[in-house]
Amino acid sequence: MIVGQIELRVCDTPNDDGSSITVEWNAGPGYRIFEILRSTEPDGDFEKVYEAGAGETIFIDSDVKLGKNYFYKIVGRNDSFVTNSQVAGPVRPEVQYFNLARLPVLVCIIVLFAIIILYITRAKSGEKLFVRKIPALKAIEEAIGRATEMGKPVLYVPGIMDIDDPQTIASMSILSRVAEKTAEYGTSLYVPTSKSMAMTMAQQIVKESATRVGRPDWYNPDNIRYITDDQFAYVSAVDGIMLRERPATNFYLGTFYAESLILAETGHSTGAIQIAGTAMPDQLPFFVAACDFTLLGEELYAASAYLSQEPVQLGSLKGQDLGKLLFISVIVIGVLSQIFNWHFFINLFNIE
Amino acid sequence: MKTILPLIIVFCCGFYMLATFFIPARFSQTSSQTLQNWYLGVMAFFVFIGIFNLIKINVDKIQRKLRDWQYSIILLTFLGVMLGAGFIGGRDSKVFLYLFENFQVPLGATMFSLLAFFVASASFRAFRAKTPEATLLLIAAVIVMIGRIPIGYLIWHKFPDLVEWIMQVPNTAAKRGILFGIDLGLISMALRVLLGIERSYMGGER
Repeated sequence: MIVGQIELRVCDTPNDDGSSITVEWNAGPGYRIFEILRSTEPDGDFEKVYEAGAGETIFIDSDVKLGKNYFYKIVGRNDSFVTNSQVAGPVRPEVQYFNLARLPVLVCIIVLFAIIILYITRAKSGEKLFVRKIPALKAIEEAIGRATEMGKPVLYVPGIMDIDDPQTIASMSILSRVAEKTAEYGTSLYVPTSKSMAMTMAQQIVKESATRVGRPDWYNPDNIRYITDDQFAYVSAVDGIMLRERPATNFYLGTFYAESLILAETGHSTGAIQIAGTAMPDQLPFFVAACDFTLLGEELYAASAYLSQEPVQLGSLKGQDLGKLLFISVIVIGVLSQIFNWHFFINLFNIE
Repeated sequence: MKTILPLIIVFCCGFYMLATFFIPARFSQTSSQTLQNWYLGVMAFFVFIGIFNLIKINVDKIQRKLRDWQYSIILLTFLGVMLGAGFIGGRDSKVFLYLFENFQVPLGATMFSLLAFFVASASFRAFRAKTPEATLLLIAAVIVMIGRIPIGYLIWHKFPDLVEWIMQVPNTAAKRGILFGIDLGLISMALRVLLGIERSYMGGER
């Protein structure tokens, strides 16, 4: 059998905290195992640090000390022969203070931030900005008004995740506006939560909203309650509230998983007007099918800015739209690059 | 000060966490992990607040004999039994596991299984061909449903391929479009929160 030489390359692992060295090798067929040996001297004693199988070509040595020189060699073995590679090194693990592979992400964030800030500045200077109508948000006041006329409560479900989830934060911002309206109209508002931290936040938001519209007496902390962290136990409790209290308006805004349709269908069976919104693409079809209005993905994040109608917040929405246009352009160029093999452009977005 | 201080904390922590994403050095990763551990610590404390709230509301309901107060007795009894079993025997005790596997798991599974019926009722409404878009949805749904079952292959052997194409091309394209919007919306909202433009989540003044 003809067995090829073993080419060995070693380097400080790029974009890491200086805790590893990358060992790569290229060998012909015929080897059964490769022993990776390491030493701190080129002609010193080499110790085995790893044994790789026939198909492997890379090893990340994480058992190294920062700033210390290392030398490597590989021994390829088969049942009948042994081949040694040349000694490679010295290589020294160093700390990297910036992950160059993530540069495209940073550029995208900076560009997007710059566009948004530009529009916010323009909005601050008094420029009138047009933002398209979002039917689901337009319907919020109408839905609360309906509940008021019917003398029934409003149910607000802020999703099943905690406040470290951006969708929950977006939901809490909308809750603030909903609480203002319900307090203004004197309609009961139920907010069952699946996380105790979300409950505390919701209580504070509803209380402040009621105070803001001059109705601190309306606030009832017992209506904003913690149910359970368990997904389906929470759903059964919320379904129970729907069937017992018969709210005229249900809001489902936040992060939802399998419970989305159970909630929305139960709400539909009680005849409530339902407004839903989530950034979970797999749950959106369920809400679209079972609810009267649905905030699709990004609209959930835009809702608070839209409802506030504050020029500064609307400016950020315009900036976001321009960012979208920019990304669409990049996608089109990306498709063309793939067709015409413009690897430079494609590799720009490789963050691995 | 009541508003400014939290905003300063949000600004500093938010941008610091963003920076750690780009800095691989150990101090950056360690401090980022520490901040996340702090959050977990705070979260653990909030479990007590949640349980306290649950007990308070249900005890109040029983005392005032509010509507369906009997359910509160059941809830508090089982809360006590589960807590007792957990504290006395630990999470792996026979009693705790028996209660978990024979009460909580089947009850959760029952709720989950309701989904099958709700999917049917929601589909019935969603697939009514009232508009050209709804008709398109109906046609696509029928193809996907038939193509996913063995009889679909027997009717026409290309059905599974057609289903695969619908799922991989138009469906994925629409999903990715939504995801792009979501990500941009998220970045925009994050910037509003970090810069203190969006404050309504704090409850107080905007």
